Amino acid sequence: MSTTRVPRALHPIAWWIWAIGLATAVSRTTNPLLLVLVLATLGFVIANRRTDAPWARAFKYYLWMALIVIVIRVVFRSIFATGVGATDHILFTLPVLHTPHWYSGVHIGGPVSLEAVLASMTDGLRLGTMLCCIGAANALANPKRALRVLPGALYELGVAVVVAITVAPQLIESGQRVRKARRLRAGSGRGARALRGIVIPVLEDALERSLRLAAAMDSRGYGRTGTATRGRRRVTAALLLTGLAGLCFGVYGLLAADAPRYLGLPAILVGGMFCVLGLVLGGRRVQRSSYRPDPWRGPEWIVAGGGVVTAVLLFATTGTGVEALNPSFSPLRWPPLPVLPVLAILLAATAGVVAPPVPQPVATRSTRTSPRPEATREGVPA
Amino acid sequence: MIEFDRVTITYADAPAPVLRDVNLRIDEGELCLVVGRTGSGKSTLLGAINGLVPHFTGGTLAGAVRVNGRSTAEHPPRELADLVGVVGQDPLATFVTDTVEEELAYGMEQLAVPPAAMRKRVEETLDLLGLADLRHRALHELSGGQQQRVAIGSVLTAHPRVLVLDEPTSALDPTAAEEVLAAMTRLVHDLGITVVLAEHRLERVVQYADRVVHLAGDGTVTDGPPAPMFASTSVAPPVVELGRLAGWQPLPLSVRDARRRAGPLREIITGRSIPDVRAEVPIAAAPLLRARGLVVHYGPVLAVRDVDLDLHAGQVTALMGRNGSGKSSLLWAVQGSGPRQAGTVDVGGADPNKLSSAAARALVGLVPQTPSDLLYLNSVAAELAQADRESGPAAGTARDLLDRLAPGIPDDAHPRDLSEGQRLSLVLALQLRAAPRVVLLDEPTRGLDYPGKRALRRIVDGLAAAGCAVVVSTHDVEFVASAADRVVVLADGDVVADGPTAEVIVASPAFAPQVAKILAPLPYLTVAQVDAALGSAGAA
Repeated sequence: MSTTRVPRALHPIAWWIWAIGLATAVSRTTNPLLLVLVLATLGFVIANRRTDAPWARAFKYYLWMALIVIVIRVVFRSIFATGVGATDHILFTLPVLHTPHWYSGVHIGGPVSLEAVLASMTDGLRLGTMLCCIGAANALANPKRALRVLPGALYELGVAVVVAITVAPQLIESGQRVRKARRLRAGSGRGARALRGIVIPVLEDALERSLRLAAAMDSRGYGRTGTATRGRRRVTAALLLTGLAGLCFGVYGLLAADAPRYLGLPAILVGGMFCVLGLVLGGRRVQRSSYRPDPWRGPEWIVAGGGVVTAVLLFATTGTGVEALNPSFSPLRWPPLPVLPVLAILLAATAGVVAPPVPQPVATRSTRTSPRPEATREGVPA
Repeated sequence: MIEFDRVTITYADAPAPVLRDVNLRIDEGELCLVVGRTGSGKSTLLGAINGLVPHFTGGTLAGAVRVNGRSTAEHPPRELADLVGVVGQDPLATFVTDTVEEELAYGMEQLAVPPAAMRKRVEETLDLLGLADLRHRALHELSGGQQQRVAIGSVLTAHPRVLVLDEPTSALDPTAAEEVLAAMTRLVHDLGITVVLAEHRLERVVQYADRVVHLAGDGTVTDGPPAPMFASTSVAPPVVELGRLAGWQPLPLSVRDARRRAGPLREIITGRSIPDVRAEVPIAAAPLLRARGLVVHYGPVLAVRDVDLDLHAGQVTALMGRNGSGKSSLLWAVQGSGPRQAGTVDVGGADPNKLSSAAARALVGLVPQTPSDLLYLNSVAAELAQADRESGPAAGTARDLLDRLAPGIPDDAHPRDLSEGQRLSLVLALQLRAAPRVVLLDEPTRGLDYPGKRALRRIVDGLAAAGCAVVVSTHDVEFVASAADRVVVLADGDVVADGPTAEVIVASPAFAPQVAKILAPLPYLTVAQVDAALGSAGAA
């Protein structure tokens, strides 16, 4: 590795592969030591490699969400007791609610054991950690840049999302403007009438804006047709539809117990292949290039590879017993620390060092001290 | 470069075509100015160049429009994107991405320009338009002039041969407009790009035009070099009107040309008594509205700092100052609906801020910058009836008021379909229905053409004659010269000048109207004044 490293953003797809790999690995284990290790890894990488963009600050909300998941899990487990073993350590006893005889499958209340609480805690921790993995991907990869690497056939979808993100604040601004203007006309009515007075001008404004945006996009070359002919467009549509149908059948085949065996995997494979073909063909419909595309170089391979290796290792449970990955808490004991999964997770943690440093915000930020956002058409301040 | 061959454009449900049998040739490298009244089809003509009309707007186009040999009949706008760049009135509404650099690249991405070339062109364009410092900034935090320059840059990166600008400066203050027009003329002179431009405030652009296309309003189009064309156009800047009045041949188009020609005229009218622009109004000792120590701030930013303002009955006050100088905040604070952190407003013993909005409205009426914010019903009649209900019993109805302001607006018209001037009149009628003695107009001249501004001046005069105190915030010096008795200039929330119109605007070279610049040191402001002075000469 060279001595000076040029700051740049890592390819968003690499971050997503890395995060999904970790999430997959997490789904295989309830070992709290491994789960905490994964959380530590996420924290380390984010602390090292996130920008100060608004989406990058969202990770803490995912952490809160994880905590809520754990709490809900424990509370439910305590209320809907599922029986206590002879050797269990009872923490406390809730009053028992007697259910009618036709509803006898569910016990509400009763003694709550330490073992049960621990088990539900680790279960919640697993789900929470998976959430945090996705949150990490969101924090590390710029969502707009991630949308740009969508295959050409899905390009329109990406643009729609980007436009929607841009339009939302404008809608709020025009809502505030109209609400303020209503007072000038002594907006007397309340309820439906007053709402009408706000909603209609705002919607008309939004509609006008979107028409103007559409005209502007059209005259700047959006949606130029590439080399595709009408025949090829039809082939694309047919491929995609068949592919999706195949995927549906395949999923059904895999999940439904009474479905014939041959329906599952083969249908998924064939359906997936059709979809990929369709996307490739459809991509030719649109001809575009992208400005300053994120390159895929060494660091991307290592980061994405780290995620994949971790996932594969934990999925195949190579070198470790199922027992080590999913330790039981009855009888009560300290969970084991399997060596190979720990190494795999540490490998994923190298992303925090291997990924190139993030670009620092530009010095011209100081010019931002302009008096109130001028975009809110002069005057009418919020 | 651009060729209109017997073009007739008719919109669906329209009784007559907007453009009829237009033949037009615009050559490579020309700056072509499109002039005409509001609604005469300027935007239609501009839209036809890249095929937005009729591909996007609907309607039928007979004949052929060709750009560089490519016909818009076979090529929709997106297929012409590499040839024609279009910039509209409101840049913010046309931005697709959210930072300057990405916006500049967007058009090229659509055209599949190779990444290396894109990178180079973005850098060149940043330099060409002086945007290099702003490259990473978010688009919505730029000022209006900067946004419009980014909009121009974002079409330039596709290396179009033609640039179509539809009123690029109408939403900008004079300084920002200068900034955009300077960028535009540089493009014409340095890159030889063909520019087709529509603009309301002609006084800013006539001197740059190589050719003028005039839309008469009945669908006919004539074109030619600027000087002969302006002898008979339906709209003309003051410099041209003065030239017409004085019979100068060829017509001068810039203040410089006119000033060199104006020697004899100055001699004739020197020593004559200068007619008043406006009839002298006796100012009552007690003001209608007395504001003291107004302070408005948004968070840490002071918008209005400690402003005192007296408004007198029968007086028209113009409120001037650059965008963001606090004009709107001041008006809203005076009306009582806007925020106000300190100070008092006294209208006949009451403070509108402490009254209900209905009572405040009967004391001070305000027409906001976007009048359509107040309209939400689907016909003019419904809006008027609603105003009658809201305002309670009083002499006359909103309909009478509207007919006095702008006669002939049909009851069943949808408020959105009205022209800019008609919509302003409608909202003004709704506000006047509450019979306020103080009327505030926030940037009413935006989007009005010369006849529209004349109509507005008549309305404002009528209000003043009826004993109202009127405040008009505007950037338009020519309008102020002819319509205002008094000018208040705001800068950074402070009042920096307050006095009679002639004193305040003639004193500053930037603010002075064209006639004042041409006839200096004689303190004339408007063509009508010169006309009156010459008329009195004829009589003598």
